[in-house]
Amino acid sequence: MDYAHTIRLTINGRSVRRFVEPRLNAADFIRHELGLTGTHVGCEHGVCGACSIVVDDVVIRGCLIFAVQLDGSVVETIEGATETRRVEALQTEFVERNALQCGFCTPGMILTAAEFLSRKPAPSRLEVRSALSGNLCRCTGYEAIVDAVMLAAERLR
Amino acid sequence: MKPSPFQYRRVSSVQEAIHLLATNPDSRIIAGGQSLVPMMNLRVAAPDLIIDISRLNDLNSITVSKAWVRIGALVRHREIETSETILKNLPLLRLAVASVAHQAVRNRGTFGGSISHADPAAEFPACAVLLDATMEAISINGPREIAAREFFQGPFTTALRSDELLVAVRVPIASGYHFSFHELSRRQGDFALAGIAARAQIHGSIWNTEWVAFGVGDRPILLSAVQQLFSNRDANSVRDEEIFAAAGKDLETLELEPAIVSFKQILVGELVARAVSDFAKRPF
Repeated sequence: MDYAHTIRLTINGRSVRRFVEPRLNAADFIRHELGLTGTHVGCEHGVCGACSIVVDDVVIRGCLIFAVQLDGSVVETIEGATETRRVEALQTEFVERNALQCGFCTPGMILTAAEFLSRKPAPSRLEVRSALSGNLCRCTGYEAIVDAVMLAAERLR
Repeated sequence: MKPSPFQYRRVSSVQEAIHLLATNPDSRIIAGGQSLVPMMNLRVAAPDLIIDISRLNDLNSITVSKAWVRIGALVRHREIETSETILKNLPLLRLAVASVAHQAVRNRGTFGGSISHADPAAEFPACAVLLDATMEAISINGPREIAAREFFQGPFTTALRSDELLVAVRVPIASGYHFSFHELSRRQGDFALAGIAARAQIHGSIWNTEWVAFGVGDRPILLSAVQQLFSNRDANSVRDEEIFAAAGKDLETLELEPAIVSFKQILVGELVARAVSDFAKRPF
């Protein structure tokens, strides 16, 4: 058995190879090994959504997967989604509508909202609230976030 | 909030997994990890070895025959949400999956994981009990099948032995039922304070019902007094007070503080009343 493993993955379109201890979680790996600090660490037990990343095409909790499990996976962080302009409409509306203050929850909100809108392009406010219920914000009170997602949905249609 | 040190193996066959389980008594299976990893992060669980079965493609499909639907242990909650086979044959699961955590957790968490984790507040164990599912397990000693009604033995405790791997859950397809599912939690996606899964065969105003409550005891609970309430009787004549009394009777032996028992009795009574309303309107 090994106490550390070599992993190979694609992150934001780039291949990387690293040597990691099993207990290093993906969010910490992304932040400390790869220097991509847009992914944030909040609760470390899967409820706050600040650690959200995209792995093999779906949004998951970065704190609930170990880096070793990412061997062979395709990962996208908020930085990658920004580079490809995939989430530009949401980012524009978030800024326009003041849907971020400290910004800690924002990458998770954007990635979660983007996945939701790709599955449900014309949601109601209630559906947006439900979809974002796994992303906690301590600053805004959520109204502006829901507004921004609704406006982005309109723009994307 | 970091786990204690452990070793990791990603296996490429069921054989490899059960061999590791047999030779490493302090090992745990990791599939979606959506329940295991929080426990490890909080150091409530500290296995020496985690066995990653996520690439065992034999375990990730939903197959259907005339008599049953077989859900591979690695089928993600996300697939339960989207599968036409599930919607058509096991609509109760489609109703229940919306209450499972949040989308990010449903994207990765697995059906087999939920069943084998046996959280008393979980949705799918209750559904498995109501639908009389059969759990298919395997170890180095061979395959074994366990009925759902014998499978859940306490909080996070199942009939699975420590060297057994759950590979699938087989659910009988029963036609002629209406289903209802309700859950109460403080916020969307939180663990259930109380929940029910129910089904009814409706013959005019006579209903043949079955009810399972979760989030109230240490395992899914069959509500036999509530079932009795509807047997051989015009369903329209059943009053709310009777529903609450029957739910209360079914939960009176809960080993919790009296105030909490009262709380759970009221919640379950409310949820049964909502299901009764569903059956009266027959939307599903």
